[in-house]
Amino acid sequence: MSTGRIEINDLGIAYGANSRRVEAVRQFTLMTTPGEFVALLGPSGCGKTTVLNAVAGFVQPDAGTIVLDGEPVRGPGADRGMVFQQHSLFPWKTVLANVEFGLKMRGIKKSLRTSQARGYLDLVGLAGFEDAYPAELSGGMQQRVGIARTLVNRPRVMLMDEPFGALDAQTRLNMQELLLNVWREVRTTVIFVTHDIDEALFLSDRVAVMTARPGEIRDVVAVKLTRPRAAEVITTAEFMALKARVLAQVREESARVAPGPRR
Amino acid sequence: MASMPGAETAPLVGAPAAQAAAAPAAPAGLWRRRVRRAASLGVFFVLWHVATEWDLAFYVRFQNIPTPAQVLAEAVDLFGAAGFYVHILASLERIWLGFAIASVLGIGLGLLIGWFSFAEDTLFPPIELLRPIPAVAWVPLSIMLWPTERSSIVFITALGAFFPIVLNTIHGVESIDRQLVRAATSLGAGRAAIFREVVIPGALPSIVTGLSVGMGVSWLCLISAEMISGQFGVGYFTWVAYGIVKYSQIVVGMLVIGVLGMMSSALIRVIGARCMPWLPRRAKGGS
Repeated sequence: MSTGRIEINDLGIAYGANSRRVEAVRQFTLMTTPGEFVALLGPSGCGKTTVLNAVAGFVQPDAGTIVLDGEPVRGPGADRGMVFQQHSLFPWKTVLANVEFGLKMRGIKKSLRTSQARGYLDLVGLAGFEDAYPAELSGGMQQRVGIARTLVNRPRVMLMDEPFGALDAQTRLNMQELLLNVWREVRTTVIFVTHDIDEALFLSDRVAVMTARPGEIRDVVAVKLTRPRAAEVITTAEFMALKARVLAQVREESARVAPGPRR
Repeated sequence: MASMPGAETAPLVGAPAAQAAAAPAAPAGLWRRRVRRAASLGVFFVLWHVATEWDLAFYVRFQNIPTPAQVLAEAVDLFGAAGFYVHILASLERIWLGFAIASVLGIGLGLLIGWFSFAEDTLFPPIELLRPIPAVAWVPLSIMLWPTERSSIVFITALGAFFPIVLNTIHGVESIDRQLVRAATSLGAGRAAIFREVVIPGALPSIVTGLSVGMGVSWLCLISAEMISGQFGVGYFTWVAYGIVKYSQIVVGMLVIGVLGMMSSALIRVIGARCMPWLPRRAKGGS
């Protein structure tokens, strides 16, 4: 596994013009190694989603560079797949057609893309739901389709923007475990945006704690908990110690959050 | 309508195979509602009959209005002869021609105007300018513009349907969730693919609404145009019946217009539902 190396250097992004200009991200620097799982953790409005959107190519940086495997990011592309918080499946396509979408865009013929899409639906535990429409699925199932739809493109990096943020607590736990199992299979680089400390620590190899806006890296915490991890890991002393460290930082940053526009 | 029994559209979260077996039988309440609706229609006909049979005249005058029985007899006569069908076919031809032209232009322009700001700037201003003019007001100009009576009536019909179709299509395109566009681009979709795979299906529910409204307006315009400047058509027939004092024929003409309009709208609804299988189906309350 040698693809999926992201280098974000001195990233700066601001929104608005003149006196209403708001700096969302400032001097943000982060590197990932191929196949690494990195969480971006911070208070809401700290610019973590902005960083993700810049890596995806949806937002043009005002300063700094984003380089993926030696090539600068210039715009959206299938090598960086995005899993959104919710409601991002095409409502008019069946589950299977949603997952096939990326392959269809690459011009892969129908029989081949169906078999590949089925494989990924199997991986996320949705075999048997091929012909359902997104509106017929629960929120957790929709997110699983979203993950399968992204992974079928074999992206170098999977960008996840609070993908479980809209789910209830129990579903969220199940989804976290499912994501780790899936990730163990595909071993793509993951950048996972969240404001949930437990979620960040449970999933990641490293957790990048961001400051309040304008978002910078405040601390990068290496999570050396053994894999595969089960939900019980969050009760261990090692986890607790990491959580205490991160919690103190997030508390401080949350207190500094000033009201203002976010994106 | 909110508390219709049996109107729940339960999301099928279980195994997809289980849903086929679970088609519910009509609940008992449904029959009561059907009886009530039939009774409502019955009362309407009784009131009509009473008012016309007794020649009621209390400011509104029923002396010259035909009774239901007279209308029925007239309808039997008319449908028994070939002449009436000529009028019906003339109207139907104009409606479908006008509506088809309006649909092609309205959907096509609406998609372009809604999605491309260049198209919006160059194509939308004249549409905005002409939109408030009722299509019927175009009748004199239409007669001058078009070489035949048929083409000028088709023009009026198309004009009436065009505006609701184009405006609803624009609205549909503009209300597409930008996140879906982002999702498509990050899955490798180019500009053409986004238009085909996201913009068109995303706007489809609004397009169907526009077609449905447009169908109603095009009937309105057709009948008005036929009454003003026709030689054939149900509108012409109805207006002429007044002139030659065939009062039962007026009512038959009106009813035919109503039934044809209703059938056209139903057709649009059925086709729309076929094209959009992802929308939750509303359980029917026995209508």
